[in-house]
Amino acid sequence: MGDAVNPTLRFLHDGNIVEIDHAAPTRTVLQWLREDRMRCGTKEGCAEGDCGACMVVVASLNEEATTLDYRAINSCIQFLPTLHGKELITVENLSPAAGPLHPVQQALVDCHGSQCGFCTPGFVMTLFAMYKSGAPEARSDIDDALAGNLCRCTGYRPIIDAARRMVTLERPAGRHAQPHGAATSDEERSAIETLRALNDERSLHTESRKGTFAAPTDVDAFARLYAAEPHRRILAGGTDVGLWVTKDYRDIDDVLYIGNVEALRDIAVTDTVIDVGAAVTFTELMRVLLDDYPELTDLFRRWASPPIRNAATLGGNIANGSPIGDSMPALIALGTRVLLRHDHDTREIDLESLYIDYQVNDLQPGEFVKRIRIPRRRPDQLVASYKLSKRFDQDISAVCAAFSAQVEDGRTQHIRIAYGGVAGVPKRALATEAALIDKSFDEATVRAAMAVLDEDFSPLTDMRASADYRATATRNLLYRFFAEATGLGATDVYTYAR
Amino acid sequence: MRAERELELRKAGDDASDASRVDGAVGTATPHDSAVLHVNGRATYTDDIPEPRGLLHAAFGVSTEAHARIRGMDLSRVEAAPGVVAVITASDVPGPNNYGAVIADDPILAEDEVVYAGQPVFAVAATTVDAARRAARLADIDYEPLEAILDPETALERESFVLPSTTLARGDADMAIANAPHRLTGTARVGGQDQFYLEGQISIAIPREGGDLFLYSSTQHPGEIQHSVAKALGLAQKDVTVECRRMGGAFGGKESQPALIACTAAILAQRTGRPVKLRLDRDADMIITGKRHDFVSHYEVGFDDTGRILGIRYNHASRCGASADLSGAVNDRAMFHSDNAYFLEHVAIDSHRCKTHTVSNTAFRGFGGPQGMFACEQVVDDIARHLGRDPLDVRRVNFYGTDSRNVTPYGQTIEDNIIAEIVDQLEASTDYRDRRREIEAWNAKSPVLKRGIALTPVKFGISFTATHLNQAGALVNVYTDGTVQLNHGGTEMGQGLFVKVAQVVAETLQIDLSRIRCTASDTSKVPNASATAASAGSDLNGMAARNAAEKIKRRLTGFAAQHYGCDEHEVRFDNNEVHVGGETLSFAELVHAAYMARVSLSAQGFYKTPKIDYDKTTLTGRPFYYFAYGAACTEVVIDTLTGENRMTRVDILHDCGRSLNPAVDLGQVEGGFIQGAGWLTTEELWWNPRGDLKTHAPATYKIPCASDLPPDFRVTLLESSENREDTIYKSKAVGEPPLMLGLSVFHAIRDAVAACSADPKHAPELEAPATPEHVLDAVMTARGDTRV
Ligand SMILES: Cc1cc2nc3c(=O)[nH]c(=O)nc-3n(C[C@H](O)[C@H](O)[C@H](O)COP(=O)(O)OP(=O)(O)OC[C@H]3O[C@@H](n4cnc5c(N)ncnc54)[C@H](O)[C@@H]3O)c2cc1C
Ligand code: FES
Ligand code: FES
Repeated sequence: MGDAVNPTLRFLHDGNIVEIDHAAPTRTVLQWLREDRMRCGTKEGCAEGDCGACMVVVASLNEEATTLDYRAINSCIQFLPTLHGKELITVENLSPAAGPLHPVQQALVDCHGSQCGFCTPGFVMTLFAMYKSGAPEARSDIDDALAGNLCRCTGYRPIIDAARRMVTLERPAGRHAQPHGAATSDEERSAIETLRALNDERSLHTESRKGTFAAPTDVDAFARLYAAEPHRRILAGGTDVGLWVTKDYRDIDDVLYIGNVEALRDIAVTDTVIDVGAAVTFTELMRVLLDDYPELTDLFRRWASPPIRNAATLGGNIANGSPIGDSMPALIALGTRVLLRHDHDTREIDLESLYIDYQVNDLQPGEFVKRIRIPRRRPDQLVASYKLSKRFDQDISAVCAAFSAQVEDGRTQHIRIAYGGVAGVPKRALATEAALIDKSFDEATVRAAMAVLDEDFSPLTDMRASADYRATATRNLLYRFFAEATGLGATDVYTYAR
Repeated sequence: MRAERELELRKAGDDASDASRVDGAVGTATPHDSAVLHVNGRATYTDDIPEPRGLLHAAFGVSTEAHARIRGMDLSRVEAAPGVVAVITASDVPGPNNYGAVIADDPILAEDEVVYAGQPVFAVAATTVDAARRAARLADIDYEPLEAILDPETALERESFVLPSTTLARGDADMAIANAPHRLTGTARVGGQDQFYLEGQISIAIPREGGDLFLYSSTQHPGEIQHSVAKALGLAQKDVTVECRRMGGAFGGKESQPALIACTAAILAQRTGRPVKLRLDRDADMIITGKRHDFVSHYEVGFDDTGRILGIRYNHASRCGASADLSGAVNDRAMFHSDNAYFLEHVAIDSHRCKTHTVSNTAFRGFGGPQGMFACEQVVDDIARHLGRDPLDVRRVNFYGTDSRNVTPYGQTIEDNIIAEIVDQLEASTDYRDRRREIEAWNAKSPVLKRGIALTPVKFGISFTATHLNQAGALVNVYTDGTVQLNHGGTEMGQGLFVKVAQVVAETLQIDLSRIRCTASDTSKVPNASATAASAGSDLNGMAARNAAEKIKRRLTGFAAQHYGCDEHEVRFDNNEVHVGGETLSFAELVHAAYMARVSLSAQGFYKTPKIDYDKTTLTGRPFYYFAYGAACTEVVIDTLTGENRMTRVDILHDCGRSLNPAVDLGQVEGGFIQGAGWLTTEELWWNPRGDLKTHAPATYKIPCASDLPPDFRVTLLESSENREDTIYKSKAVGEPPLMLGLSVFHAIRDAVAACSADPKHAPELEAPATPEHVLDAVMTARGDTRV
């Protein structure tokens, strides 16, 4: 089973099944829409996932194949074959050219939410995804939902107002105008049926002049194929890989898509670990991980933006191993281990030992990240992770720090510290940990340990920050951890200003 | 943690008290004319226009060096790349190889020297976008690197300028400073800013017949595109037509530099005989096109015990980049706004227009004004801190007077000064004094977080400083069914110009807005139009359109009087109807009858701004028709461990005169403020030591996000205000002035930094943008810490 292949890409759009026989592996959804379909409502503002002008909504079957999940994603970096078995919804689908507007659209008009209008279709689709998944009321939740959409004209106030207003408006007929929680319409039921039929047992495997796209559904088939063809580029959410194509014009001929491998998309929680499949997206990860570690809520909320989190996987973040990746410091501090697989063989290593040098990791040809094992929370464990960047939302860290500690009777019994942005890889602060362990957890010790951080890291200057700033902030974040843990009351400006 | 506060907003009401009953009359908060098309994805931007048959796509090949001589160029791999149809270099430009609008120092394609990293050296046309962009990377160019000047201070030292330095002086500044009871010197540093319009630069050139050319261009200035393309192609202006229905944002970035894009597409189109589209991707756009100028301004000021400025000397140095572009006028405006709202009796302003080997900077909302005001506000703030006085008090003692102390350094008497009223009103409504006291007490108890507050004024001069640009044309066509097409020389970039001008015509002709369609800006309909810039769009085009509509109305009135045998004053247009003596007929019926009687139903309108008169050589006279005013009060919190900062509350009171459309104007105020706040906080341009701009995409260049809108945001348009000059329905320009309300954010952060010092008179050394790094630097200096 799992070996029968299907050469034809199929997905639902405009209520019809789109069939593409020789789908190129790295053609983006946006290119397909604008260039092949002349569907120009969806815009390109950056082609790197950062502005949201290209936002579309992808509806996919839930696990039981009974309802649809509606998720906003950035079509500019999403490769078309990843839509296989799903439904693509674009701004034109929300209302007929001359017909009544969708409540999301009407709310934006009512609130004067567009000026130049170029960002607007993207906001419409983000708001539509909100509308379909339970629209938030609180300002900070709306901000979070909008974190992946830039508007240069309005200053956002009217768009935020529209987000509140849209649920209060009269709903025209049609499936898309029915909000979260409404009974499943006939139209939607038929979409569900169609998607069920498209999601047969066979794996997609397209061939074209531009290369191939293999999307096994079975993990053994995946492992076998990768071991046999290690030149293939594993594609997960494509939030790194997509940019290699759209920004660097790199050729990627043969893609091995991990997103359809059922066995890598689950999270198993045991007494000791949160065991995360490599293809689990950040959106799904947060639902589980933050129950154990609510202190990491802000970190993950600021991890990219909802549409990127809807696509990006934990496995991709870890395998990519960027020194400025934001999950690694926290996961290293928590003592995470990763399960690697090559064909039939697996091995488990500490996350930090995966990273050898700048853009060099311990993965062997044909070997991939299978699971990520994050320890469950221990009672009395102190946990924190801080991200420093120029902008609060959707920015890359200048410095990212993470701490896990256990203090008993005023002494540090356990401490793990890891940083991103201050070395060629995400890295533990071993010397600093040594300066704290088994010592009194007090201001003098912490101040002494702050000086030791300079031994652990030697940051560089770039457009995000100077080496000096990074070094100072690295030390000060340890102080912030101490101050917060000991109730000195140093909360951060974001919490304060909310 | 504080409870979340609801977003509080007071909006100007929909009712303009004396507006007539037509739908969308002047003064109503009617939606943007394209609002529905924006939200349903059916508004057509240049890249959305159905592509003509045989279209080729173009891309630039660019310099990898900041300054170098080109020794040789091998483009054979580019030419051989799949899909490539044509490759051009400087020698292929038929006319003069230049698109500089003011001075001929902007080659379309570099000749033997490159002057910034990213400068176009050649261009490719290929069958697909992808093919063109990939091919453009295959060139082999042999450079002989030359010394590069990468910042304005070095340029100043080396006397590297794009234009001669200029001085504006009145009285005897040096003497006044020398004799003053107090003196200070200081330096204000403010970074540049990328326009970051969401739609990148784009143009499509389509050869038609007999050598003529039609272009779509995303431009604020179709007329100049027409003129530049004609010149570059060796054609006459009559042979080129340019159209622009809308831009996806512009903010000044599409004033002069779209000519580079359009000329290149046009040359390739002429050469291949095929339509050519040149669309820059985001990185190319940010690397190849200019931004707001960063400024370093030294000042020396003398003042009395109250903080009143007695004498002041400024020395501004701005990064113009590699060519002059619009830098002359930008820097002039910076000089004209170095007073902000303050009377500077003895003043000397030196302005150096520095030439650097970086991209040529250009217009950006405010056009130098914000940088002049930035320096000025720092002076006032420094004075206040030096004297230990509340900065608001020092601001106030320096305000221009109404009857005396009311002449600007350039000799214009300010006749419409309302800044004191605005600031008084805002001070009261924000509880400024109580909050300042409360903040001081709070800061004393908070070691890590510090709060700050600032209330800053804005005065901004309206008109192009180049007097000849203050003219506009419009075309109004009435059809026999009584509907109207309206065209004018202005362009729509999101600012709501089209709807405002349509409202003017609706009001004038007394017909519903829905009967009027604004058509694309088009050089064949209104010739030689000025750029839509300097906030003057609705002032100029509204007047021109009213002039055209009135001509038609007069003809219809004359016809009606004659036809129905009554006096002309008995003909009254009112709410889609026309009352003629005792009779009432619909507007459409009258129009149809007039058509049958062979009355012309089309009219050109024209307008030129009165009163302005300005001598470019002495920098004196009346460059501005009037001034726009506003004020903002911002409160912030900063983290002294990391420099992170946040706005917590913002109050704005802004004067739009009698607003043509309060919804549109409110949008300009709010959007302008946030853009100004972004300029001064998160938006940082960063070049590496080789002169490569490394912040060239949204991943690295951070404009504000939704969460950057303050949790408590109260914006009010000044009530019962009207322009004292005879502008269109007594409204005021609103495009640029609100950007400078963002200065309050910077000064609130400065205030919070000052609270970190043990010395109550410490003047923070804060550079803009106030990134976490710059704030932390300033905090550590305030505390007497060194960082490493
Ligand atoms: C707008 C934007 C914002 C971003 N913000 C952040 C941020 O705030 N913090 C942050 O850390 N990152 C951020 N990123 C980076 C990116 O989202 C992450 O690195 C992401 O986790 C990558 O996951 P993916 O599933 O998209 O991986 P892909 O792009 O599909 O793959 C990334 C790399 O990992 C390999 N790979 C993927 N899965 C596996 C596997 N299971 N085994 C072996 N190799 C594998 C791929 O071959 C590729 O080399 C951002 C990206 C964008 C576009
Ligand atoms: S185009 Fe900017 S996010 Fe896709
Ligand atoms: S309306 Fe112009 S970018 Fe949002």
